[in-house]
Amino acid sequence: MSGFTALLVRDLRLVWRRPGDVGVVLAFFVVAVVLFPLGIGPETNTLQRIAAGVLWCAALFAALLSLERLFAADYEDGTLDLLLLAPWPLELAALAKCTSHWIVTGLPLSLLAPVLGVAFGLDGGSLLALFATLLIGTPTLSLIGGLAAALTLGARKSGALLALLALPLCVPTLIFGAGAVETLAAGEGLWTHLAILGALALVALATTPWAIAAALRQAGE
Amino acid sequence: MAPSPSEIALQIDGLACRRGGRRVFDRLSFGLGEGELLALTGRNGSGKTTLLRAVAGLVRPDAGTVRWQGADTADDPEAWRDRLAWLGHLDGLKGDLSVAENLSVAQRLRGGAADRLDGALVAFDLRSLAARVVRTLSAGQRRRTALARIVLSAAPLWLLDEPLNALDVPAQQAFRAVLQKHLAAGGLAIAATHAELGVEGARTLELGRA
Amino acid sequence: MADLHFLANPARFRRFSQRVLPSLGFATVLMLAFGLYMAFFVAPADYQQGQTVRIMFLHVPSAWLSMGGYALLAGLGASLLVWRHPLAALMARAAAPVGASFAAVCLLTGSLWGRPMWGTYWVWDARLTSMLLLFFLYLGHIALSRAYDEPERGDRSAAILALVGVINLPIIKFSVDWWNTLHQPASVTRLDAPAIHNSILIPLLWMAVSLLFLFIFLVLVRTETEIDRRRLENAAVQEEEAAA
Repeated sequence: MSGFTALLVRDLRLVWRRPGDVGVVLAFFVVAVVLFPLGIGPETNTLQRIAAGVLWCAALFAALLSLERLFAADYEDGTLDLLLLAPWPLELAALAKCTSHWIVTGLPLSLLAPVLGVAFGLDGGSLLALFATLLIGTPTLSLIGGLAAALTLGARKSGALLALLALPLCVPTLIFGAGAVETLAAGEGLWTHLAILGALALVALATTPWAIAAALRQAGE
Repeated sequence: MAPSPSEIALQIDGLACRRGGRRVFDRLSFGLGEGELLALTGRNGSGKTTLLRAVAGLVRPDAGTVRWQGADTADDPEAWRDRLAWLGHLDGLKGDLSVAENLSVAQRLRGGAADRLDGALVAFDLRSLAARVVRTLSAGQRRRTALARIVLSAAPLWLLDEPLNALDVPAQQAFRAVLQKHLAAGGLAIAATHAELGVEGARTLELGRA
Repeated sequence: MADLHFLANPARFRRFSQRVLPSLGFATVLMLAFGLYMAFFVAPADYQQGQTVRIMFLHVPSAWLSMGGYALLAGLGASLLVWRHPLAALMARAAAPVGASFAAVCLLTGSLWGRPMWGTYWVWDARLTSMLLLFFLYLGHIALSRAYDEPERGDRSAAILALVGVINLPIIKFSVDWWNTLHQPASVTRLDAPAIHNSILIPLLWMAVSLLFLFIFLVLVRTETEIDRRRLENAAVQEEEAAA
């Protein structure tokens, strides 16, 4: 585990040295969300109804936006070779990279979304539900996005390609994440959705690190 | 000159690699004993880097084996990676971290302790640069940092891709001294190089198109 | 020697495919002709859907084949990653656009069927939405396999994607079904093989088998082309080397 921690700490420290990169992603999230009331109109009823979907979609796009550099930076400066040659499983390295991505994007997005939710007229329960679904759902986005980032390493036009690969795979998380807030508004329980989001995260946790490691290995060839 | 089989630590047998349907090398065999240095020479594109990557296990060869102390390294890749120090044509440094941070992170990523940086820093005259962010260093200074990482690893086999790149004369001498010390202690090294390494007793393998 | 090894499997495949393709193509044409005749003239019109039910004979087998095609991609991906079977990469390259085309046919026929049934070309029906996502997965596979200067890297990346995709496909389907029941009542006529009576089932299965033949035929022809293309590229590289 010491290698895992070392990599996680290194990546967090690198982000800490350039906080602007995270700031840009969060700013994108806020601006993208704010565009919806401007485009659709400020009626509270409409905004309330679309709030969860808008916030979830914007969070998904913001997470993808920051993923392109996840492995590309290591690939370009040669540190990816050091990870490939580290005497511990590459799957753990993949997990460490996705964890650091979640800490610097998924977590702040989950905290920021309820604040924006207020502007959409969501009530307290819905705001809490929004926070909870994003907290449980964004790790899946980091893992699936991490896989897409690893698969497109060194490809032409990798940014758009990354989104094309990751978005269909993120659909279940989006459906249950945004759906949870709506069922709550309809007076139904939240727990089923949260449990399914958790299950989706576990499936991603059980499959993507291996796929990412395989993708990184073949990128190193 | 060839060492007797009992001393051979690294044995390559019938290694073959292809890229894009093109044969890079085929049926390549050699052994390397403790304290030996093998210089890989050959023109651009002759497969020096690919051979180094195949020995390290980064590239899966199409045929052949890499054996260490008689055991196939493909059977236990993690133990094998623990025995290697790798210097690629890229330095493998993070521009936003300082020299000392880069070295200690690299050590921790190898699962090692990051306490005795000093010796490696001194060997490459990096002490005054230890706190400098790598982004601000010259190409030669970065290469020296990357070489210090190799020294620090304490791995028995060094795989070096153009180690002399960007090094000035004093740095080249420092590198030679370090390499000779490594060999004298029973270490092994394979270096892909254009320039003469200037280490006595080095064997040479010229890769070319047959 | 090593180069011969690379070509061994594709070369054997080529000999095999050249022997099989003419008769397979002939059989496909005959079967499709008879299947379409049954679909258009023999099968009865539906009492509710009228003549539009005939679209099903193309729509439903296309859905089956596009799903089967993705499973085939995953199988070929496993074969490439585990055994490094060179033919698997070329066949996956050949099969992906064919599978995507069947998914596209399924979507097009579905929307044509939807026009008289739902009064609009597109309804967010669970099956159509799942098929749309499958189509996107195909597009991702095709784009990824062609996104690298080194074709082998594209092959292996796409193989990993196909394996991950095939694990996620049931999850996507399940979540889209859930989403569909959440957002709209299930009272609309479903885009589905309706009341399976033999007069419909037999032409349907016949069409499914004929389209499967067409699928296999197209994949084999395209695989041959991929083999030739790879050979030409390799020959060009070797020529360059000889000149150098």
